[in-house]
Amino acid sequence: MANEVVDHGRRRFLTATTAVVGGLGIVSAAVPFIKSWEPSARAKAAGAPVTQSLKKIEAGQQLIVGWRSLPVFIVNRTPAQLAVLPAQDTRLVDPKSTVDQQPKYAQNGTRSIKPEWLVMVGICTHLGCVPGYVGEMKPEPFDPNWQGGYYCPCHHSRYDMAGRVYQGVPAPKNMQIPPYNFIDDTTIQIGVDPKGAA
Amino acid sequence: MANVFTNIGDWVNERAPGLMPMYRTHMTEYYAPKNFNLWYYFGSLALLVLVNQIVTGIFLTMNYNPSAAGAFDSVQYIMRDVEWGWLIRYMHSTGASLFFIVVFLHMFRGIMYGSYKKPRELVWLLGMLIFLVLMAEAFMGYVLPWGNMSFWGAKVIVSLFGTIPKIGGALVEWIMGDFLPADATLNRFFALHVIALPLVLLLLVVLHIAALHEVGSNNPDGVEIKKGPKGNRWDALKPTDGIPFHPYYTVKDLVGVGFFLLIAAFIIFFAPTFGGWFLEHDNSIMANNLVTPAEIKPVWYFTPFYAIVRMIPSFLGQAFWGVLAMFGAIAVLFFMPWIDRGKVKSIRYRGTGYKVSLGLFVVAFLGLGAVGAGVTAEVIPEWFGNVDLTFWENLFGRVMTIIYFGFFVFLWAYTYFGWEKTKPVPDRVTVHD
Repeated sequence: MANEVVDHGRRRFLTATTAVVGGLGIVSAAVPFIKSWEPSARAKAAGAPVTQSLKKIEAGQQLIVGWRSLPVFIVNRTPAQLAVLPAQDTRLVDPKSTVDQQPKYAQNGTRSIKPEWLVMVGICTHLGCVPGYVGEMKPEPFDPNWQGGYYCPCHHSRYDMAGRVYQGVPAPKNMQIPPYNFIDDTTIQIGVDPKGAA
Repeated sequence: MANVFTNIGDWVNERAPGLMPMYRTHMTEYYAPKNFNLWYYFGSLALLVLVNQIVTGIFLTMNYNPSAAGAFDSVQYIMRDVEWGWLIRYMHSTGASLFFIVVFLHMFRGIMYGSYKKPRELVWLLGMLIFLVLMAEAFMGYVLPWGNMSFWGAKVIVSLFGTIPKIGGALVEWIMGDFLPADATLNRFFALHVIALPLVLLLLVVLHIAALHEVGSNNPDGVEIKKGPKGNRWDALKPTDGIPFHPYYTVKDLVGVGFFLLIAAFIIFFAPTFGGWFLEHDNSIMANNLVTPAEIKPVWYFTPFYAIVRMIPSFLGQAFWGVLAMFGAIAVLFFMPWIDRGKVKSIRYRGTGYKVSLGLFVVAFLGLGAVGAGVTAEVIPEWFGNVDLTFWENLFGRVMTIIYFGFFVFLWAYTYFGWEKTKPVPDRVTVHD
């Protein structure tokens, strides 16, 4: 027995199968650890719709409300702010909102259900900061021809008053419009589509 | 009494006969070139800072509370109520910045004297891995105080992975364990910061030193002392131009340690925030997921890489390019041993093109740091008045980015096509008797 010739083929086969079976075992055992990093059931549950009254938001003002722990900008846009929107088109990355960053009912020139009310997730599409609201139309250090909009403090991305991203900045897309609907003229519900719209 | 120690020594040696030979191999009989200069302090200083981070870190965990609700307050508690807590925390936070200073200088030394070249490629690769782990370690440590800069820093850095097409969004949720940095994120970063990454870091440091001692240290002349004459005062077979690491370099390093601790103590006692460079003002406000600080920027040691992200606009509807360039800026360093084809190691005997390009590389690194830290945003309007800041800052930053990557392209072409005119390298180190 001890003096028999070593069967190298058999030994290679056994080594390989042991390695494969052991490797599969390690991979399977790793799955629970990797999955444990997913958002927990508690984190997922904290995502109910939010209702907000618009009565106290005056023209040109912005209100930030939390929805799924995300800041949602609600702006009562002035006629002047709305008037300059079409003129921005040539300076924007996606003026017609072709990229899927809004529900169908907000895929229009003002990216909203009612022109004056902008409802938008205030998260920069670059790396997730909250852009600052710079609503006044006056020369700014970052743009001498500023027409009102949003300016991200993190990497200096700029958006217009409809959350559409300007060209030449790090952010690739327009800011996201969440699903929302008007319960009545002065109340909106964020997180739920209007009746009839999917 | 001496007899007792000898007996204990013999008792240990009989049971662990490998310990004394190991001590000799790495300390008293490790022959390092005798011409080390000031640049050779930073390796041992990095080790010193590592020890400082571990010891102060252990004591910080004794009072720190890794939860979104309690973290911020527990850090204030350490600073105000725990006896000497402020000192321990400032030693840890100052240590983090000093760690990067000595590591950057240590890496620059390696580039300057060609220490990454054959046969030390593995030493360089292990060192680069240490640098990578150190950056992850520093980032996660920065998140733990759960100030507003911690929160937004975490958000931005984790979102870097979100720019990866297709899987990005899911990956970000997986890393954070929530839809934004939250309790789950803080807890796992704490676990990684105090257990997982330090273990990896220590293992890599051991491997880095083991790999170095296998091939022997390089030196400012870039000559191999092992290929020079043999025989010195201690050993007839060892390199003539080598001296035992202990006591010669341990004593030399002690002088460096003295100076270093003097500087460190000055910072810890008189300028622990270093004017907002080591500890940022906005981090004294508790994390707020609805308000991004008006001036958000990373700590100074990440600013050159952060500036690269900012300088590269989106393209084809993807924000991935800037992130790719940023990781590329670090990844390209791994390939130094194969980019640089030059046979001469030390800058002392290399061509003018090498010296100029290395100088420009340093300028680009510092220039990008200035952009990332917001220095240019402050200085441009001050010096040039009412100009288009975005345009000029982008122009400057993009030129610096091109120089940064251009260094590697140039270095490869310069050495691959044999354009470099080197000076003759001496046979032995230049200081010997």
